Order: sequence, then structure tokens, then C-alpha cells
Amino acid sequence: MNVQALTQRAGEWLRGSGPHSEIVLSSRIRLARNLAGFPFVNRASRRQRLEVLERCRGEIMSGRLAGDIIWVDLNEADDLDRQLLVERHLISRQHAQGGGDQPRAVAIAADETFAIMANEEDHLRMQVLRSGLQLEEAWDQISHIDDVLEERLDFAYSSRWGYLSACPTNVGTGVRVSVMMHLPALKLTGEIEKVRRAARDTHLAVRGFFGEGSDALGDLFQISNQTTLGKSEEEILHGFLENIVPQIIAYEQQARQALIKHRAALLDDRIWRAWAILTHARVIGTDEVMSLLSHLRLGVNLGRLDCVDIRTLNELFLLSQSAHLQRITACEMDQAARREARARMIRHKLGAK
Amino acid sequence: MKHKCDQCDQPATYHSVKIVKGQKIEEHLCEAHAAQAGLVPKEAQAPINELLTKFVQLHSGMAGAQQELACDNCGMTFNEFREHSLLGCPECYRAFEAQLAPLLERAHEGATHHIGKVPRRAGADEHRQQRLLRMRKQLADAVAAEDYEQAARLRDEIRACEGSPT
Repeated sequence: MNVQALTQRAGEWLRGSGPHSEIVLSSRIRLARNLAGFPFVNRASRRQRLEVLERCRGEIMSGRLAGDIIWVDLNEADDLDRQLLVERHLISRQHAQGGGDQPRAVAIAADETFAIMANEEDHLRMQVLRSGLQLEEAWDQISHIDDVLEERLDFAYSSRWGYLSACPTNVGTGVRVSVMMHLPALKLTGEIEKVRRAARDTHLAVRGFFGEGSDALGDLFQISNQTTLGKSEEEILHGFLENIVPQIIAYEQQARQALIKHRAALLDDRIWRAWAILTHARVIGTDEVMSLLSHLRLGVNLGRLDCVDIRTLNELFLLSQSAHLQRITACEMDQAARREARARMIRHKLGAK
Repeated sequence: MKHKCDQCDQPATYHSVKIVKGQKIEEHLCEAHAAQAGLVPKEAQAPINELLTKFVQLHSGMAGAQQELACDNCGMTFNEFREHSLLGCPECYRAFEAQLAPLLERAHEGATHHIGKVPRRAGADEHRQQRLLRMRKQLADAVAAEDYEQAARLRDEIRACEGSPT
């Protein structure tokens, strides 16, 4: 199996299922780990990086984690494949660029439920992705992966600071929990500031679709923890499950109900205009697609539009991205050609001419 | 549906209603104009890395006497760390412990010690230390919440744990 085979499927986090999937797209947990006895990646020589890579590869691919794992040497992968992995949230932008030809890789479970980056900022950055709100399940899986790798790899650890990471903002548990939420009603009613305030009060960060420094394309927001020291993994998870996530879900639901009650015509107008544009446009860019898909998704979730299902919409969020578009159409295109091909692909998927 | 900024075409994120002499005055501003009017901090949510960098830079005076402070193991100097926010190796945590401690406390809501998962290979002693730490934190919480029954139970558990061989 190779990277291109991934485009045949929607990927775990876009299945559109799982608890609260009308608002929570996906749950993600990542762990930062480093091998004891090696310098961190930024200080390691090329030889040391290769040695770390080989050791990690040996353990990850030993068959004890999962049978079907794809190992991608990012140094050798072509640009389009690297970009494709970023679009699928399987590697970070930083890992895709990787400072030239530094030895680095990613291991991806064939079902895309987990991915392990080797030689990113830390020797290992492992993540588990689940659709809907499934943080406890995600934690069980990532903790198991951690246990299996730890049987034969020594992780850098100190009793005071916990798991040692290259950047001290990750030290301790090395855990980053991210919940991707679709908040179109809060955006429409201009109340998204409520979410930022709630997050700030609980020391959480609100980021866009592609993480740090990215815009909230398609009204998709990632809520993630910043504190990794002095709280156990369970405490961090419970902060999400008992406080912030239910609170934001309630805000969004209130906003949705308020729209239906007081501004139904305007709401339907947004939804049906989005449908009209996406089924008729001839030339279209990614940002516009994301924002229109967001309104369609809202329409389907509120039962105001029934000509498309959530799964197709989730899929379109991904297939409209540049690298995916070029892979599924099997041709490399410049921006103008992509805008045309994107419009055509979307019309086709939505059953329009 | 949503308000536009009073001063430009951007969507408004700052809203206020004032009653002045019985007159209702509404104000709707976008992020940029609200910031300009000094109504919201420009960087409402500074990325933690930025906070860290700023904090370290602010305290560069503190590092004055330690200009040459370096990690014996990898040679990383504290100045290099200050520039990139990345440490060079696990030993750096020991080499720069005194400098890192206040910094990490700030970055992690006042935390000074790890609580949570312990790698099994790190040995039973680490486990015991972790358990003690966790119980002490719970004890402090219980006392703060005036749950004395729970506090008494935790005190006994801590004593038992301390007395047990590793």
C-alpha cells in the first residue's frame, strides 16, 4: 500500500460518525516521546537521526502495533504526497517541509486511526484520530501504542519533569488533545468570541483547521490543551469531556435553535445559496468551497436540506484540497486549472451536471 | 444576520450597548477596529511558544551572570535555547533546571512536577514517587475543599506508601 491509495477512502476522522458528530468532527490525541541517550532532533547529527529513525522503524513495523502500516520516507516522497499527508492531518506542515533533506518519516495505520511521525520536533510524535467525540477511546489506543513501543525503546524521562521533550511547552505528559468542532451557527450569529473566552479561561487554545496560525476555514475550530505538566492525562481528558466540549456544544446548539426560531428564512437562504453555488459553479477556490460546505453541513444537520449526506460533505472538505484534487484526477495542474477541476469534481459528487 | 463593523465591511466581533441619557447606543466593531480603539487586546490568544520566547527574553537580565551556562552533554547554551525555545538533549533539563523551573511554572499553570503516566521501564521507584505526588495533590485539594474524611484517608495512604519498600 502507498500514500496514493489513501485517497480512495475518506479516512477515519471524516467518517461522520461517533458521538456528537453533528458538531464534533474528530478527536485527536498526540504524544511526544524521545529516545533516552540521544540528543533531541534539532541537536542530532545526520547519523544520529538515521539511527533514531531505524530504531523507531524497527519497533513500529515489527507487527506488534498493527498488521497493516505504511512507512513513508518523507525525504524521498514527492511534494504532492507530502502535501496530501498534511491535508489529511497525518503529518504537520513542519514535518512536510522538514528542513531540506533531513532523515524523517511517518508511519500510518492503513485505516488511518493512528500515525507516528519520526524525527519531527521530537523523535516520536504519535497521534490517534477518531471521528466524533471519542477522547477516552482515543486515549486507550494511544496509551496502548505507547506501552507497546516502550517495551523495547527507552524513553527520556525524569521523575520531576516527566517525559522530556525538545520544547519545554510539551514536557510532562507530552499530551496534546485536540477536538475539531464545526461551529457555523456561532459564526453566523457572531458569537464565536464566547468560545475563545471559554477556552482562554480554561487555558486551552483555539486554532483553525490546519492548526497553529491557520484560519478557521469552513467554520472548523480545533480546541486543544496547552498545559502538559502537573496534570495527569485523565485530568486533561476530563477537562475536555466534562467542561469545555459540552459547553461549546451547548453554545452551538443554542445558536442553531435561535437561528431556526428567529431567522429561519435567512438561515435557509444561506444553506440553499451554498447548494446553488456548489452545484453550478464552474471555477472555484478552496476557501470558498470550505465556507459553502460548512453551510451545507449545517443545513443537513438541521434537517433543512436532504439532497446530500454528511459523509459526502465531509469527503468534499478533503477532496477539494489541492493535493487531493490532483491525486484523484491523476494530473498535476496549475491554480487556474485546479479551480476548474475542483468545481467539476464537486458538481459531479453532488449529482449535478 | 450578523453585524458588520461600524467602520468597515468586516464582520463585527466586538459588540456593546450603552445607555447614555436614556439613549441606547449600539457599537459593533471588527477585531482590528476594536483593537485600534483599545477595546480588546491585540493578541487575545498568544501562542504558548510566543509567550515562552517573550518570557525568556524578558528575563535575559537574569541570565546575565549565566551567559556561558551550557549543557555538559550536548553543549547547548542557555542563550541558544532562548533563541529557539528548543532544548538540545534530555540532560539539558538538568543543566538548566534552575532557569527552566520558573519558566515552566509560568507556561504550565504553576506546575512544578509531572503527574501522570510513568514509563514502566523507568522503574518502581518512579511509580511510587508519582503516586505520592498525586496523592499529595489530592490531599491539598481535599483540605481546600474541607473534605476531611477524604483528607484523613489520603494521609493514611501516603504514610503507608512512604513506608513501603520500593
